[in-house]
Amino acid sequence: MQTVKMVITGPYSSGKTEFIRSISEIEVVSTEREVTTEAERREKGATTVAMDFGRITVDDDLVLYLFGTPGQRRFDFMWEILAEGMLGFIVMVDSSKPETFREAKNILETFRAYAATPYVVAANKQDHPDAWSPDDLRIALRIDPDVKLLKCVARERASVRDVLLELLYAITEQMDE
Amino acid sequence: MPIQGNLRDFSTTQLLNLINLSGRTGVLRLYEGVSTGERDANNNEKIAPGRERAQILFKSGKLVYAMVAGQLNDLIAVLKQGGKLSETQSKLLRERAKGTGDKALAMRLIGANYVSRNDIVACVQQYVLDIVYNAMAWNREPFRFEENVDIDRADRIMVPIDLQNVIVEGARRLKELDEITKHIDNLDLCLKFPENPKEKYAGVHLSVDEWNVVKYVNPKNTIRQIARAINMSDTEIRRIVYGLEHAGLVEIVRPVAPKPAPMPVQSADRSARLQPQRPQRQVVNRIIEKLRSLG
Repeated sequence: MQTVKMVITGPYSSGKTEFIRSISEIEVVSTEREVTTEAERREKGATTVAMDFGRITVDDDLVLYLFGTPGQRRFDFMWEILAEGMLGFIVMVDSSKPETFREAKNILETFRAYAATPYVVAANKQDHPDAWSPDDLRIALRIDPDVKLLKCVARERASVRDVLLELLYAITEQMDE
Repeated sequence: MPIQGNLRDFSTTQLLNLINLSGRTGVLRLYEGVSTGERDANNNEKIAPGRERAQILFKSGKLVYAMVAGQLNDLIAVLKQGGKLSETQSKLLRERAKGTGDKALAMRLIGANYVSRNDIVACVQQYVLDIVYNAMAWNREPFRFEENVDIDRADRIMVPIDLQNVIVEGARRLKELDEITKHIDNLDLCLKFPENPKEKYAGVHLSVDEWNVVKYVNPKNTIRQIARAINMSDTEIRRIVYGLEHAGLVEIVRPVAPKPAPMPVQSADRSARLQPQRPQRQVVNRIIEKLRSLG
């Protein structure tokens, strides 16, 4: 059985767990714990402390694993472990929270430094009225024009599937180079 | 889709860059930041928009106008600030030209040879730039950029200004301000005259603002107190004290700077361990096929 791994990363509350939950064929193995600070509690009740784990069985001898990183900085020791051997990664950004853009950029650069794998940026929560458009996000995050920045609503399976597909296309494009 | 946030997270410089690159038309409103007492996702103080502080207008990615809330921003105010009208002239003109729009007034002033067209353009540009450069130093104000706003509606004289130059000059000013702030980091220090003030001040020409500061120089007055007394912002007084100190006209006592924190030790190169998998194209294609089949 061959396994392939992709990592879903991004700031706290950017929608990583939801992203994996929308597409995984198994109930996501989540390591969520109640958040400890008041501010974080207002955003969401629980947060991922080690990783989220989802699975898509491709066929009899190939499985795609999706790993979600913990969003809080105090658990960033897990990032490097999760990044090991990844095929590619997705950086989730909450498009409606500009206060998290700088953190998203930092996380993106950290993962780029871990490994030279293809990646895409998912502009999540595009259904939110305050969401920044992908074009504005590209400028705000200073994303190169050749990096895919995609609209995303992590609650919607089709949207998640499209983001994963775009990452896979980016991987095949890199193979062609 | 409006763009909104806080300058703490996305600075005025970054906003100008975004508007420039995307060639947008619209209005950027900056508000006073009001603390809510709550914390945001980054555990920073949550700030809600309060009263409007300023509006900056853009057309096709160019800066065209700016105004500060609660201040007169008509042509008379612009020309007065640009030194083309005195206080008395501007009062008189305001009475006589009541109800006249800026464009009509400009035509009348040019026709009467009070000012030239170039004077008006230069004054409007400077007025707008002063507001924008000032706003570039703000760092906690909520903002909202709205498109599809009819910016031509009001009778304003709008002069398109290339944003790229504004960003470069604004960044230079911010850097300069940063250096001044580092140099005069403590406004609770006092100013005193040098040992031989007569000699130092001989033949020196000071501006009105500099005189205002100099007349309060006394080891009993802190820089902050002087600023309050003459209604000057922290930034303005820093700039003036910096100039006076560099010219040897005043002396300030600075606290001993704390030792810089040791540089964090960089972790060893981890990339070797984290080399990506090198999957076969066929494997990737199989995953693509699988995902495509998912509804």
